[in-house]
Amino acid sequence: MNTIYVLWLRQLKRYSRSRARIIASLGQPLLYLLGLGFGFSHVFEKAGQGNYIQFLSPGMVAMTILFTSIFSGIELIFDRQFGFLKEMLVAPVPRLLIMIGRTLGGATVAMIQGLIVAVICLFAGFRPSFASIPAALVFMLLMAILFTALGTAIASVLSDFQGFQMIMNFLVMPIFFLSGALFPLNNVPVPMAVLAAIDPLSYGVDGLRTALIGTSHFGMSLDFLVLVVLSAVFLVIGGRLFSRIQL
Amino acid sequence: MIKVENLVKTYGETQAVNDISFHVKKGEIFAFLGPNGAGKTTTIKMLTTLLRPTSGSVFIDGLDPATHQNEVRQRFGIVFQDPSLDDELTAWENMDLHGALYGVTRKLRGERTEMLLRLFELWDRRNDQVKKFSGGMRRRLEIARGLLHTPKIIFLDEPTLGLDPQTRNQLWTQVKTLNEQEQVTVFLTTHYMEEADRVAQRIAIIDHGRIVAQGTSAELKRQTDTETLEQAFLALTGSSIRAEGADSADAMRNMAKMWRKPR
Repeated sequence: MNTIYVLWLRQLKRYSRSRARIIASLGQPLLYLLGLGFGFSHVFEKAGQGNYIQFLSPGMVAMTILFTSIFSGIELIFDRQFGFLKEMLVAPVPRLLIMIGRTLGGATVAMIQGLIVAVICLFAGFRPSFASIPAALVFMLLMAILFTALGTAIASVLSDFQGFQMIMNFLVMPIFFLSGALFPLNNVPVPMAVLAAIDPLSYGVDGLRTALIGTSHFGMSLDFLVLVVLSAVFLVIGGRLFSRIQL
Repeated sequence: MIKVENLVKTYGETQAVNDISFHVKKGEIFAFLGPNGAGKTTTIKMLTTLLRPTSGSVFIDGLDPATHQNEVRQRFGIVFQDPSLDDELTAWENMDLHGALYGVTRKLRGERTEMLLRLFELWDRRNDQVKKFSGGMRRRLEIARGLLHTPKIIFLDEPTLGLDPQTRNQLWTQVKTLNEQEQVTVFLTTHYMEEADRVAQRIAIIDHGRIVAQGTSAELKRQTDTETLEQAFLALTGSSIRAEGADSADAMRNMAKMWRKPR
């Protein structure tokens, strides 16, 4: 328990000390919110889909969580490069606990970033139903855990940053663009619908959107179920791969 | 304290460590010397649970690292060849995190951290982030951290690499002090022969994965009929330069250097 706590705390300390990272990671959602949110809101409304800022904001929160979580997981490569990984690997504690501590720390950081973006969205004109905030927090947390574990799993098999760009282009960006964070998944072509259905983020975005603005695609219980199962699966895979790291 | 018998590690065709045996007594300072690529680091990795031997046996305080991983880990501290501190955390936080991972109680953690940081002259800088530290300060902090949980053995893998003579000298004095005070067994590797000569009670020389000689410094000199340990070392291992391929860890070390701010 103590192991999990100290490694969780370490992630939070590292986060709070890198202001540049906090600001940089908020820039992107802000840009999307301005560029897409205000740019498309007229067209979106004309198409009879209602207020676009309202629709987009949960997607932006989900996006922030996705990027921050994956990055938190990938940070393991930093630990490898700067050597701290070795310190963790020779410690007399099960590696699974180390991995869980790191993952929860990264997930907490992602939650905080997501909440900051949610507040920014409020300023941009987002009006969620406040009664369902607890449900929204649950979905945020699930997404954060799921993607941090995924990032950790990936980082466990990468030895340096060469592969990082590839992960961004071929995994993270597709996860984001196919998730329905930017557009409704109703009436999209079949191949797209299939891809969206196998994209874990789709369920996060949908769950969040259902909670906050009441429009749903998959249904909240399916969203919840998929996220819980996938989080568990990625935690197990991540834990396995992390335990196998050799120096 | 350390008992190694017929230890072998092979990677495919190459024999990194080829049938070595040695003993290190409790409280002893033992130097493990050898040219680059001789098998020193591979041996340390096997002693410290990071690598499984191909064959042979290792006992750390009577326990096999392969089957009693966590018990063995609790019994040693290690300073790796390259840094393993968290740069974003302060010296105190690095110590505290280590103590917590090793299950040292909060009270004892505080006391030992203060004692060790004072000994290694880092107490005044305890609340500074490690990224502001010089190379010598980092090394001292790593050694202090390795000793925090009162291990029975401390492994020092080239701890003085890249340090100036003053810092090296002081560092060994501090290590010796702790060796006497706490009866901690010291297992060290270094390329500076005069250091090994000065601090180590016994020395083993490894080359091409085999131990070519072991004994006290005087014994090694007598055996090779030489004046200094360095001459003895060269007599035993030859003077040709060893080819050592850069592995991914080296590539990363270079990358890490690139990332670090120039000082």
